[in-house]
Amino acid sequence: MPRILLNLIVHHLHLSSASKMENLLGLTGKDFTIVAASKAAMRGATILKASDDKTRSLNKNTLMAFSGEAGDTVHFAEFVQANIQLYSMRNDTELGPPAVASFVRGELARSLRSKKPYTVNLLLGGYDPITKKPHLFWLDYLASVAPLPYAAHGYAQYYCLSILDKHHHPDIELEQGLKILRMCTDELQRRLPIDFKGMLVKVIDKDGVREIDWDSSKAVKSA
Amino acid sequence: MKLQDTRITPSKLCLVDTHVCLAFAGLNADARILVDKARIEAQSHRLTVEDPVTIEYITKFVAGVQQRYTQSGGVRPFGISTLIVGFDKGDGTPRLYQTEPSGIFSAWKANAIGRSSKTVREFLERNHKDGMDRDETIKLTVKSLLEVVQTGAKNIEIAIMAAGKTIEMLPVEDIESYVKNIESEKQEEAAKKKTGRTPGQGTAAILTRGSGSADT
Repeated sequence: MPRILLNLIVHHLHLSSASKMENLLGLTGKDFTIVAASKAAMRGATILKASDDKTRSLNKNTLMAFSGEAGDTVHFAEFVQANIQLYSMRNDTELGPPAVASFVRGELARSLRSKKPYTVNLLLGGYDPITKKPHLFWLDYLASVAPLPYAAHGYAQYYCLSILDKHHHPDIELEQGLKILRMCTDELQRRLPIDFKGMLVKVIDKDGVREIDWDSSKAVKSA
Repeated sequence: MKLQDTRITPSKLCLVDTHVCLAFAGLNADARILVDKARIEAQSHRLTVEDPVTIEYITKFVAGVQQRYTQSGGVRPFGISTLIVGFDKGDGTPRLYQTEPSGIFSAWKANAIGRSSKTVREFLERNHKDGMDRDETIKLTVKSLLEVVQTGAKNIEIAIMAAGKTIEMLPVEDIESYVKNIESEKQEEAAKKKTGRTPGQGTAAILTRGSGSADT
């Protein structure tokens, strides 16, 4: 019995340590939300791909970034994507970001109580074109949700939340938002022992989702 | 018909996927079920093969469902014909398919379904040309509908699909202006015929219109 328990714990730790190396960052501003995800696809200590896109857009104005067990992540994200698209087709309306977050949380909660739950952590960024407000939701594989002004998953939590605490303000312009994000990604590059191959950065605003060119080639000086 | 609120009564044109539009004629309630099946198939196809459905594929699927409901026990057939319109991914050729309750499907350049569809189809057969531009095509569509719809612009709905673009519903004002243009054109023609006619030379055929609104 104790042996089994121990195995479970070891297994669990293995999962979480791998997915912690995947960094997700999100922050909201005056009329936009930025979502960033590290570009390295890893398996154990090996980097399989340096240009991985850990995001899927669910509809015109919501973007979901995901980390967690390989396979689960993309499968879950595309499942959610298909369902959100089906909803807007059936009802001739787009779901707003809070509604999408509720749906995703519901699916995670359902999965959590099944035989083989998805081990997927998510950030859901969006912009509501009706209320003209940005949204960001933090979700984890235990089906918690938290609407937040800025959020992170993986090791980024340890390094970036303090920076965001200090510099973030709800009224910032996009330029300022990107500056703060640069501080975060620089800090990650400086302190993380493994190269996560830079970040893929996307912005969600009144015009929908778009990628932003993010240069990570510059070496960051450390003490 | 005067009392019906055309702005909010469910339309006979619906989206199956972002690149597929379906128009139906027949029992509205049956159509809802059939369209929902098609929508689920379209999303499920995206999920499994990472590509949107081709127009032929989704037509085959719809026709397949309709066929099944003619041959299994305890069910009645879908009382609808459909027109399925759209563009395949990365392909600029327009596609138009028709399905029938029996499960037959066929490809067309122009077609009509529903009440007085025969009249409209015959009109289209006379007037359709290959390689019409957007404006000409809309004009022909409105013109052919006006053959059978007596009450004009408010009872016409037009959806336009273009390659790589999402559906565009033509605004009522635009339809109205098309209707006006066509009607004044017709009047001009009629006036020309009147003045150009010399007594005792042939008979002017009386133009007749089918009664009732078209489900096209």
